Amino acid sequence: MDWTLTWVFATFALYIGIAVWARAGSTNDFYVAGHGVHPVVNGMATAADWMSAASFLSMAGLIAGLGYGGSVYLMGWTGGYVLLALLLAPFLREFGKFTVPDFVGDRYYSDAARVVAVICALFVSFTYIAGQMSGVGLAFSRFLGVDFNTGIFVGMGIVFFYAVLGGMKGVTYTQVAQYCVLIFAYTVPAIFISLMLTGNPVPQLGFISDIKGEGVSMLQKLNETVTGLGFAEYTSTNKTMFDVFCITAALMFGTAGLPHVIVRFFTVPRASDARLSAGWALVFIALLYTVAPAVGSFARLNVISSVNETTYVPAAAYDDESAAITERGGTPSPAWFANWEKTGLVGFDDINGDGLMQIRGPAAPDGLDNEVTINNDIYVLANPEIAKLPDWVIGLVVAGGLAAALSTAAGLLMVISSAISHDLCRRTFFKGMSDKTELRIARVAAAGAVVAAGFMGIYSAKLAFVAQVVAFAFGLAAASLFPVIFLGIFWKRMNREGAIAAMLTGLVPTFAYIWHFKLGAGKASTASDWFLGVSPEGIGFVFMFVALVVGIIVSLMTKAPPQDIQDLVEDIRVPGTRSPHGVADAGMLPVD
Amino acid sequence: MTEKAVGIDGKAYWKAVIRLTVSLLVIWFAVSFGAGILLRGWLDQFHIGGAPLGFWFAQQGSIYVFVGLIFYYCTAMRRLERKFGIKG
Repeated sequence: MDWTLTWVFATFALYIGIAVWARAGSTNDFYVAGHGVHPVVNGMATAADWMSAASFLSMAGLIAGLGYGGSVYLMGWTGGYVLLALLLAPFLREFGKFTVPDFVGDRYYSDAARVVAVICALFVSFTYIAGQMSGVGLAFSRFLGVDFNTGIFVGMGIVFFYAVLGGMKGVTYTQVAQYCVLIFAYTVPAIFISLMLTGNPVPQLGFISDIKGEGVSMLQKLNETVTGLGFAEYTSTNKTMFDVFCITAALMFGTAGLPHVIVRFFTVPRASDARLSAGWALVFIALLYTVAPAVGSFARLNVISSVNETTYVPAAAYDDESAAITERGGTPSPAWFANWEKTGLVGFDDINGDGLMQIRGPAAPDGLDNEVTINNDIYVLANPEIAKLPDWVIGLVVAGGLAAALSTAAGLLMVISSAISHDLCRRTFFKGMSDKTELRIARVAAAGAVVAAGFMGIYSAKLAFVAQVVAFAFGLAAASLFPVIFLGIFWKRMNREGAIAAMLTGLVPTFAYIWHFKLGAGKASTASDWFLGVSPEGIGFVFMFVALVVGIIVSLMTKAPPQDIQDLVEDIRVPGTRSPHGVADAGMLPVD
Repeated sequence: MTEKAVGIDGKAYWKAVIRLTVSLLVIWFAVSFGAGILLRGWLDQFHIGGAPLGFWFAQQGSIYVFVGLIFYYCTAMRRLERKFGIKG
């Protein structure tokens, strides 16, 4: 594991170096990197910001297990960028302030609306960040032999350094470095595995190619292999079409409504750069997201063919025992299985006592029990070893996972600290605050948020909602934030009353539904108990619709927004015409 | 902060933007929710390489189209801005 340590140290040193170089001097630097980030650079930073520990380590494995059902993540987490580019990012950049609650509060001329937006942003971000911190702790404890909590403290220290010192500026440039580390670590093993399995070095093409030396396509062979063991066909799903539709939509609209993604588009110089930047972000994201289904399917096939029906060999004295088994004419279990068994990510329980490892699905034709447990993360982590790549590549994957977790955590920290120092202190409670004081509070808030996030990571096992981040973060962003931002730009008549009503009708029922079916009394319920058959992951889409309708009806029943607000909306629609408008910009002038 | 530009027909520009946005969103819907979910069963009788077409759209094709859509939007918006004399 020496290579792992080397990579982790080298990458951490790089992040700290960047932080020292990119110090923030004003609130403009701290919140939006001085509006001066190049669109391609911002695209790369957005990609790192976006791709979390779960995208990097778990998504391929999730798809490997779900097959076609995993498509909801692939389409949902990329399709949201089309919505961002076309419906939100350029207009919010033209609006010219620092945060998402800035837009909600000013567009709807109401501090109450601002505070509701702050609550949504904080809840979404804290749920999300706890998962990243526990990911850092796990990476340290499994691969570096460091205690889980110590791992989190080290991660906290690193993020503290560049987020508190450099603000958005430091975060942006470290995210660029982190993107390079994580994409390299992800694609290199994938290329080798694709080459081994299909003879095609491009994983996206290997995915649709034939197995090397056989006249059968990779997916066909995978389908036959898994059904032969009693699993469902890989290209099928057990979810209903309507549920797949709702989950995909909730993830798309949720992506577009996530505050830490939206603010990344505030950092570029102009509205046109925000559009371009969304395109580049999706290019960099698609690089990983189109490789992930290939990795998932290759790995599922590889794991089954290299483990199933082999003779189990424990890690101790692996070389001697496996040689002895080969001599007797048997097939020993692969070395990577023995190596990863120590981490608890894979396990074997010899139920029928024959010493062979049986992988079986719920409907196994030969009636045997499944004896092998495989954690989703193993599909990415063990890839380099399955492909027999050198040790240094294996260490790189761990550094890549840490890069993915830390970059996302830093982006979320910026949202949390600006929500407190900017949205609550400067814009709501102490309106006359100077820039210098605000910057100081922003740093203190960022520091406090790092500590809070670390503790949430440490206690993540006890905080049940952390595991439901997909349902909570995306569902709430889709149902509460997306409708008011969208209507605020595209419908001039939308007013304060409508906005508050829409946010609350999105937030409260979505939260209650997810809580009930994931953590509360309905935990043990089945699909037939769900409202319209929609799972908690997809319910955000349903309530987003309700929120849109409620927002429109309430707006039409109450007074139209003031003229200043309507002028503001006209300005943000046409690039380069933004000028200050009385009520709309009374609390803070737009920054060019 | 620029002065309010004179002579920009903001209403006509916005109408053109909406038309462009709606047509691109139709494609966005068609490749993901259409090809990848609603019509998947029917599309799966065709194949691209060794993958059923509907399945491929859900796991690969839709993402490529998304990227193309955003870049097309950027160029089309640039054209619109030039046409209406807007300095983005």
